[in-house]
Order: sequence, then structure tokens, then C-alpha cells
Amino acid sequence: MAILSREEAKKIIDKVLAYSKADEMTVGLNGDRTGNIRYARNTVSTSGESNNLSLAVTAVFGKRSGTATINEFDDKSLEKTVRRAEEIARLAPENPEFVPALGPQNYQETKGFVDSTAKIDPEYRAKVAFDSIDACAKKNLTAAGYLEDSAGFSAIGNSKGLFGYNRATSVDFSVTVRTADGTGSGYVTRDYNDTTKLNAREATNIAVQKALASSNARALEPGKYTVILEPTASAELLQNMMRSFDARNADEGRSFLSKKGGGTRLGEKLFDERITIYSDPWNPEIPGSPYTGDGRPQQKTTWIEKGIVKNMGYSRYWAEKKGVAATPPPSRFILEGGTQSLADLIKSTEKGILVTRFWYIRAVDPQTLLYTGLTRDGTFFIENGQIKYPVKNFRFNESPVIMLNNVEAMGKPVRADGNLIPPMKIRDFTFTSLSDAV
Amino acid sequence: MKRRDFMHLSGMGFGALMASSVPVLGNAVSLEKLLEPGADVAFKKKMADIALNAAKSKGATYTDVRIGRYLQQYLFTRETRVQNIVNAESYGVGIRVIANGTWGFASTSDVTTEGIAKAAETAVAIAKANAKIQKEPVQLAPQKGVGEVSWKTPIKKNAFEIPIQEKINLLMNVNGEAMKNGAGFVTSNLFFVNEQKYFASTDGSYIDQDIHRIWPTFTVTAVDRQAGKFKTRDALSSPMGMGYEYLDGLASEKIPAPNGLVGYRNSYDMVEDAILAAKQAKEKMNAKSVQAGKYDLVLDPNHLGLTIHESVGHPLELDRVLGYEANYAGTSFATLDKWKTKSFNYGSKLVNIVADKTQPYTLGTVGYDDEGVPCKKWDLIKDGVLVNYQAIRDQVSILGEKESHGCCYADNWNSVQFQRMPNVSLQPGTEKRSVTDMIKGVEKGIYIIGRGSYSIDQQRYNFQFGGQLFYEIKNGEIAGMLEDVAYQSNTQEFWNSCAQLCDKDDYRTFGSFFDGKGQPSQVSAVSHGCPTTRFNGVNVINTGRKI
Repeated sequence: MAILSREEAKKIIDKVLAYSKADEMTVGLNGDRTGNIRYARNTVSTSGESNNLSLAVTAVFGKRSGTATINEFDDKSLEKTVRRAEEIARLAPENPEFVPALGPQNYQETKGFVDSTAKIDPEYRAKVAFDSIDACAKKNLTAAGYLEDSAGFSAIGNSKGLFGYNRATSVDFSVTVRTADGTGSGYVTRDYNDTTKLNAREATNIAVQKALASSNARALEPGKYTVILEPTASAELLQNMMRSFDARNADEGRSFLSKKGGGTRLGEKLFDERITIYSDPWNPEIPGSPYTGDGRPQQKTTWIEKGIVKNMGYSRYWAEKKGVAATPPPSRFILEGGTQSLADLIKSTEKGILVTRFWYIRAVDPQTLLYTGLTRDGTFFIENGQIKYPVKNFRFNESPVIMLNNVEAMGKPVRADGNLIPPMKIRDFTFTSLSDAV
Repeated sequence: MKRRDFMHLSGMGFGALMASSVPVLGNAVSLEKLLEPGADVAFKKKMADIALNAAKSKGATYTDVRIGRYLQQYLFTRETRVQNIVNAESYGVGIRVIANGTWGFASTSDVTTEGIAKAAETAVAIAKANAKIQKEPVQLAPQKGVGEVSWKTPIKKNAFEIPIQEKINLLMNVNGEAMKNGAGFVTSNLFFVNEQKYFASTDGSYIDQDIHRIWPTFTVTAVDRQAGKFKTRDALSSPMGMGYEYLDGLASEKIPAPNGLVGYRNSYDMVEDAILAAKQAKEKMNAKSVQAGKYDLVLDPNHLGLTIHESVGHPLELDRVLGYEANYAGTSFATLDKWKTKSFNYGSKLVNIVADKTQPYTLGTVGYDDEGVPCKKWDLIKDGVLVNYQAIRDQVSILGEKESHGCCYADNWNSVQFQRMPNVSLQPGTEKRSVTDMIKGVEKGIYIIGRGSYSIDQQRYNFQFGGQLFYEIKNGEIAGMLEDVAYQSNTQEFWNSCAQLCDKDDYRTFGSFFDGKGQPSQVSAVSHGCPTTRFNGVNVINTGRKI
């Protein structure tokens, strides 16, 4: 059993720490059970399950540190790992950016572990695949999909008395549904901590509808359009932007958050005033870890409030150097929205394009956070509040910073890749060319 | 199938356009561990036979077993300090079987008689379970056993035997020279991989291989705080199927290019490139912003390699064509019906593209693939016409062929092998022509060097590529540096606009060290060779924005 209890984990960590001869030692212990099933052409292609349990030991002498890992847990192996970490630490060069480990911390538990997900077995996975394939085969459509589930724990402890323990489960499902003639394609993805929330057949039916409705798309001229981005479409662009909320890069002058003439844009209004983005590890829809990898307690942090940059993430080293609080970097985030549904947003749109998802998003210019990518698996023209017809896929070149200045309306946030993101109506979204891909 | 044991290393200062994390397959180990010889061939043969026999006794009609030891050493630095040194080892066995006409796979790190027998049994059980929903039985192309053989990357210096201090000294020298020449920041990295793979199958093959790969790279950043601007320039190295000798920087392997640029063939001068990079990153600050429009493009091999990878390599993977990757990477525009016409114009008549797993110094070259097929070379595009795909043993029957192309690969012992891209390369022109000759003939064009931003749709029609360096060409001369350049095209249109090739003296390889495919995702390393090549009338956009 790879998922150890708090007591079992603590016992191992304490034993490891007792072997230490170093100035300071930190131990990380992680275990999980993951499984998956993959299908394509309406049949299962691969499936599997694995159990993992691993220990990482970091030893410190002065400003030198070394790490060793092991996946065997007898006393001899544990001691050997401690000695190896110490050996590496003695040989390592001094790290001028070394920061000593934290002492005991208070962590507030999060609710990321759900028994139903931890109990997923091969039969459950096969059922998900069957439900999804069946929904497609009945309509002469072809399904290719993937389900991955995980249940695991992490524990952290150090020679200064810090100890933390957390458990989490996750399930990720996605399916691409294509018409037999290859002219239509639809997609849906779902992710949860609690797998009882997943209804694979119902989700697949959304992809089925999109596949059928997207056949024989018409070509529109590229240019600037009002778009309605489903949360799945905007998730990656927003995640990329949040990963750039790093104070050091901004201070060093190499970030979109760097200020002309030096300094950062903290406190500046960079977005539409309706934009508020924050992280909250205790949000029941997207529970996160109570602590960071280096043992800092997670906290509810507002990154953007009413369009103003409120916080950036710091490493402990950079925070110390700058004399500020070491705010952990953004992980999962919530973009506040409104109360409208996706259907409401469509109804209120005179002319626009509905985007199911984007694909192959790559950075073009880190200075402006310009990204390129393409629409995929369900792109439709909206006129007078109704979806009129499918359109050919577009390539876009757009920055999430510009996008979040051009907000027309936002709906009710839903979970997308671990975040809560509303469907959004954005004006002047830049499409630069057409693609023949379906 | 086991989940990837990726250790995601973050914060190591990769350029903004590169992957934000690097996969490490395995556990951290001491430096000395990397130099241990590992299990000997006699032991591996004995263990392999246990797997073959155990699977057969449970009802497998075909079995292959891979006993793998995968070693990695990665170094990460920024400016004057070493950020991280990773030494990792992964050791175990993967067993693949056919039972009841269906594939089954299981793996274990317990390389003992009991561990292997149990994994073989599990593989057969999975095959039998999945057989119930299998629609068509696996059709495996025959492969005659090759007996007991071995193959080794012909390296001159084993990178794992080079002292770590020597590597740190090199990177510190690279960083120091870049800073001296105007860089505000610099990160530099070395990646070394050694795959020690033993393959055995019920066909009667026992293949021992020792494979080496290397990738030195860096990113230099220039910052102008007053103007609130920054520019980066990445290394113009290529990952290679070579040992540490790639870093010798041999003058004989340097190809001089216009404007003081240097092309590196099979030997790389990292310090020289870092100095140039620092100067060029500064120059980029004041480069002219491109005017959007149609240009003739002169594409350096260190740039065009990625375009080949994305617009030829991926669309001609047969599993994509058939729909097995539909939910992730996508399918392909290069459908079987187009291939069957024998007249599908993928490109102009100048375009000859080969798949080749035998080419020296490349990432994809091995003796045998991961299902025991001897490696070979074959045509993909001949005189502009699509003539073939990349296929493995259970696919070639679809192409009416009797022998696998030998391009099956698994990134670790605990991953199931599947079709992966071989080296895919554009053949040089037969007429004598240098880059300078080529530029002389261009009236309005852009010369592009290095790997930049890249994006392509899920069927590989529409793409957009950036680069590291852009030079305007006016009336046969280089007229200065450009910025904010990206070109957009359609694969077939682009390759049909191929107008001129440099000759074999300009031919070099580009590589991708961590090409991703599959769910769960697996990485693979692959090279792409080509000469500098001209494409006429390609659409260039301006990517400059104000925020």
C-alpha cells in the first residue's frame, strides 16, 4: 500500500532524521497509486496501474547541500540514503543563495482526498471507457480518450522539527470524438478530486454534439473577433500568465511585470477592473496542498484585484534579499466571474465565435506574453444570440494581458485543469490565419 | 504500464520559449553509481529467458523483454552559480506479450527470477483481459531472430567519465564570457543520457545496446531597464548522438556563414557561441521591427530542422494517420488515400526527405529498435511526392509491406514501446551552393537562424515558426537585423515553395531531445538534417505588441 497514514509517514521520517550527522536535514516522503486507460478507434489501446513510494533526503553542511532518493524502506537502505546525501553535500559547491530550513509550522488541512477516487479499480476504468465509446459508436462516431486517476500522499519533515502531511486524489478524463468522414470533431475534458462527480457518458455526449455540429465548417476571414472562450480554452493561457507572476524576474527587468526605468508593476492597473484572480487552497472545488515544496504554509493570496497587480510569488531567498514576506508562487487560481451560464453568454452575443479549446499554445514574446495557438474540436459562429454554423479553425496571436483588458462579460466559474475559470466573452481577439485541420 | 517517473525540475532558468520542466526518468544516485558497469550480458540473457519462458507457459504467442538501465546526468547553472546537478539511474524490466491476439504489457524493478516471472504473468493476464474488447487481432510483421549481437554509439569520450568539475568549469566559462560581452543574465545546461538496453524476443534475438546522447545549451538575456525591454538568444548547438567529444569545438566542423555567424556541424564551440549570443542579444534590442508581408525565406539548418520535425516528421507517423493519437497530439492531413494516389505533391521536385536510423552522430541512430528490428533508411518524400510513412511491426501490413521500418521506441523500461519518429532529414542539393551564393539571389527576404517559438495544428496543416536571429535580405545582401518575426504557412504550400537548396557541405543536423507523444506521455530524442534552404513568398507576420 503506497498511501501511508500520517503516523506511518512520521515514523519513517523520524527514523531517517535520527540517522543524520548533517547540520540540517530535510526529508520528503511521497507515495501514490495511479492508474490509466487509453482508447482510440472505439477500442481500448493501453491500460495500467502502478504504485510508487519514494523518499528524498537533503543534507546540509553550512551552505552546501546534497540530495539522495530511494524507493526501498528497510533500515539499511534508509541509513545508506542519509549517508549518500551527506556525502554529496560535502562535495557540493557552496550555494550563495542558500536559505536555512524552516522550523515547525502550522498547516491548515485541505480536503483534497476523496475515498471514491482512491478506490478506482480496473473495472471502473473499463466502465468509463465503455460508456464513452458506447455513446460514440451508437452514433457512428469514433472516440479516442484517456482516463488517469491518482491517489497519493506527501509528507515533509526536517531536523528543526517541521512536519507536514497531506493526501490528495485526482481524476482526469478527456475524449475527442470524430465523425466517420473526418469533417467533424468534438472534445470534452473533466478533472476532479472526487470521481463521483465524473459522468463519462454525459461528458462524452457534449463532445458527441460538438462533433456532429462541427461537420463541414465554413471559412471566415481571419481578423479581430468577439469570442466566447469556454473555460477549457482560456485555462492554459491564464495558467501561463500566472506562472509569470514571479517577483525576481520582474525585479531583474525580464518580465511583463517589469517597469520601464526599473522596478516592478506591483500596484499598477494592468487589466480590466472586473478582473480579480486569487489562490485559495481551501476552496472546496479545487483543494490544494496546505504547504509548498519547501515547507511554507500555503495562504489565500490575491494576485490581481479589480485589475490591479496585488502580489507576486517569491522564493524565500529573493524575499529575504528584498526584505518582504515570502509569498508562495501562484498554484491553482480562481478568476472571479459572474452568474451567467455559457448559454446566457451566447444568447447575449450579436456576432461572435464560440471556442471549445485551444491547441499547441506557445510563447511568441515573453516581453508582452504574446502566445500563438489554434482553435480545435468545436469552433462556431454566433449570430443574434444563436450558434449559426461551424467555422474552420483559426490560428491566434494574442496576449492574455490584452485579452483581460478586452472583457465584455464573464459567466459562472467552473473547474478547468484544477482552476476555477468562468466562460468569458472577449472583444477584439486576434485571429491571424485559417487552418484546414479538423 | 507504469506512470512516468518524471521529476520535474523547475526554476532552472530555461529561456521563456523552452520547456519549463525537464523529465528525469529514475532515482537520484551518486556520481560513482553512473560509472558502474551494470549487469553483465550473461545475467541479462538468463533473466530474459525467464521472462520469455514464463510468458509462453501462460499462453503468450509472442514475447519481448527489455532489461534497461537508464542513466542521466544534468547540470544547471546561472551566472556564477551551479543551480543543480542531477545524477539519475533507473533499472528494471518491461515485458510485452501477445496473447489471444492482443498486446499486454507489464514491468517491474524487481529484476529477479520471481519478479520477472510475476511481471510476465501479469502481462499475459492484461492481454487476455483486453482481448475481450479487441476488434482485430494484432498482425505482427515477421522478424527473423538476429541471435546474440551488440551495438554501441561510436563515442570517443564517455561524458559520464568526464569529471564533474570540468563540466562546471566549462559552464562557468560560458556564463562568464557571456556576461563579459554584455549579457544581463545567462543560464547554461548540460544534458547527458546513456541507455543500456538489453532486448530479447521469442523470435530468437538477444540484443545488447549502449546508447549515448548529449545536449549542451544556454540562454543569454540582455536587459535595458530604462527602456523596459529584454531580449534573449538561445544556443545554436544541437543535441547529438555523440559523447563529450561534441564539445571539442573543432575548427574543421565550423561552417562560416554571413555576418560573422557560425554553423556547427558535428563539433560545438560553446564558449564562442555564448560570446556571439551576448553580442547578438544586445543587437536585438535595437533591431528593426519587421514589416509584415511576403518574403523569400533563407532558413538555416538549426532552424529548418524543427520545421521538418513538425511539418514532415509528425504527420507521417502512421499511428497518427490511423487515429491512435487523436485525443492528444492529433491525427494527420497526410491520409492513406493521398499516399495511395502515388502523386500527392507534398513539396516541390527539390524536396527529398528520408527517414534514417543509421546516420552517424544523430539522436535516432541505434543498431536495433525496441522490438528487435535492425535499423535502416527509407524514403518518405521522393522528388516532392509522398511515398511512405513511419511504421512498426504491427502497422506495416497496412502499407502492404512485410518488414517493419524499425522505429519502435520506449523511453524507459517501464514504458510500453510504440511508434516514434526516426531521424527525418531533407537531402542536400546536388548543385554546388553556399549560403552566401543563395542570399545573393534573393531580392526581398529574411535569413532565419535558430529554434524559436513553434506551433502547428492537430492535423499538421497550419504552422507558425519564430527563430533566434532574423536578418533582412535586400537585393542579394544582408541589410541588418530584424525583430518580431514569425512566419505562417500551410505544410503543403510551404514545401511546394521550396526553391533552392545548399549542397552537402552546408548540411547539418538539428535535434529535439525531449519530443513528447502518447498518454501517459513519453519522451524521445530525434535528429533532423538539412542544408540551408530557400522558400519563396512565405507569409511573415509582425509579433510586436504593446501591453
